[in-house]
Amino acid sequence: MTTTASLPDVSVAKRRKRRSKAPYLLVVPSILILVVGTGYPTVWQLVTSFKEFGLKQQFGQPAPFVGVDNYASLLTDPGFWGVIGRSLAFCGAAATITLLVGLGLAVLMQQISTFARLTLQISLLLAWAMPVVAAMTVWTWLFDRRRGAINYLLDKIPGVDMYRFDWLASPWTFFVVALVIVVWMSVPFVAFSIYAGLSQVSEEVLEAASLDGASGIKRLRLVVLPIIRPVIAIVALLQVIWDLRVFTQITMLQDAGASGTSYDLLGTYIFKIGTGAQDFGTASAASVLVLLLTVGISWWYVRRLLKEDES
Amino acid sequence: MSRRRLARLSLSALAIVIALIWVFPVYWMANSALLPNRTLQSFIPTFLPFGGSLDNLRAVVADGSFMTALGMSLSIALIVVVVCIAFAFLAAVAISRFRFRGRKSFVIAVLLVQMLPAEALFIAQYKMMAGLGQLDSVIGVSVIYTAAVVPFTVWMLRGFVAGVPVELEEAGMVDGLSRTGAFMRITFPLLAPGLVASGVYAFLQAWNEFTVALVLLPSEARHTLPLWLRGFIQASATRETDWGQVMAASTLVAVPIIIFFLFVQGRMTAGLVGGAVKG
Repeated sequence: MTTTASLPDVSVAKRRKRRSKAPYLLVVPSILILVVGTGYPTVWQLVTSFKEFGLKQQFGQPAPFVGVDNYASLLTDPGFWGVIGRSLAFCGAAATITLLVGLGLAVLMQQISTFARLTLQISLLLAWAMPVVAAMTVWTWLFDRRRGAINYLLDKIPGVDMYRFDWLASPWTFFVVALVIVVWMSVPFVAFSIYAGLSQVSEEVLEAASLDGASGIKRLRLVVLPIIRPVIAIVALLQVIWDLRVFTQITMLQDAGASGTSYDLLGTYIFKIGTGAQDFGTASAASVLVLLLTVGISWWYVRRLLKEDES
Repeated sequence: MSRRRLARLSLSALAIVIALIWVFPVYWMANSALLPNRTLQSFIPTFLPFGGSLDNLRAVVADGSFMTALGMSLSIALIVVVVCIAFAFLAAVAISRFRFRGRKSFVIAVLLVQMLPAEALFIAQYKMMAGLGQLDSVIGVSVIYTAAVVPFTVWMLRGFVAGVPVELEEAGMVDGLSRTGAFMRITFPLLAPGLVASGVYAFLQAWNEFTVALVLLPSEARHTLPLWLRGFIQASATRETDWGQVMAASTLVAVPIIIFFLFVQGRMTAGLVGGAVKG
């Protein structure tokens, strides 16, 4: 009785504004786990990136602070710049190809019969669903030097000699293989997202455009693309971020073939100095640089999602 | 008109060819898993699994290391799912049903953490877990996984909670329910699909994760399935690989995931691209 009586004057909006402890209690568990799993390691890493880890530290001596020495030595090391250049080039190439192929498939899905569309969608879903590690073993098998299906099929093309071609033996072909695999895994997400975006473009708008005399290509470029631009932008940004973190793919390709520094991208590079050489200072400095890079790239995405949260 | 039909027909044919190429690796995994190693040793690939058997699969399962890795993967995934859902659900309720100071900072933190690559933190996480004596431990890995998965789960569940109109709860409160009671009796049941979808998402992440597991689980006896599967490829660098077994092992790791994934895919895409696509 008392509750019903008090309800009218305490409107819900007011109740929400009233300072209540409830929301804070609700977010405490998530904040705790984030502090332990992400926050503390980030801070530790920042601090450690200013410390020196040499031979003495492997025998238990505390690491001294050395200022920005780790950063300085990284940024003056041509090997590190090589890794950064390769990572960015790989990321750029993978993201661009993925977007173009994804966009192409999305447009294609609109033009074809239901049966063909369903076949294509099921096949893309299956590829998308493959766990990364399983996909890597299959692709390694497909690209196998001696009995791989890819060398066999390519060798069948007249004039092409791919007999026992070792794809993983030189950095160029190594990264071509990595590119094929990463694009294969990433295209489905892009294709489905853009296809979902395309289906929002209304028939009326397209009809109006064709009445005004716009050809197929013109309609796509001048009418459809501007409408789906937000989707493409978000998908592109996610691709760039995801294609910077290809540690699993590169590690497993290195397992199957060569593993020198010229086959490294940022992830495997950090892994090697951190766990192999036990140089936690330099590894942390490199990680901090990668973190800054990622946060810089993702900032725009985060702002976009924030707007959605506020609406 | 007939030219248009012809164009449509040839595009459909093209789409089917692309579909076949795209699905080929998945097919190749299953095909090779069924073939005996003798057949795979031939220099001419066998494109159809005639004369195949389940022998490879049986051999992989019979080997003790698969069961150990399966046990590790399942326990980690279950812990991550349960803890993640519980924590993320509470946080999602907080940010979609309350306006409070610090809310925006929390949302920003959630969104940013979700973007951080494992490669940029794993050395620090390794040192932290080594310091706590939690290397090779299910708990250690689960903590890191949960922290990595909670942000996206919060974001995904936020959408679900916000999708249930507050007015429904208010109606319940007018009928004499307390605020918590109204939430639990009215909104919570409507969230079931969201909770299931986020649970499956968390499961997929934990099951597939490789990078952090590689650093935090150094002993072979404590390997999860992805690390166990990697062992086959590592071995292939030095000796003749039994590709039939590797593919059988990959199939065992992949099939449950493919099934789960098909189930949750729609929800995941919606969460990632957010308002840019209204389903």
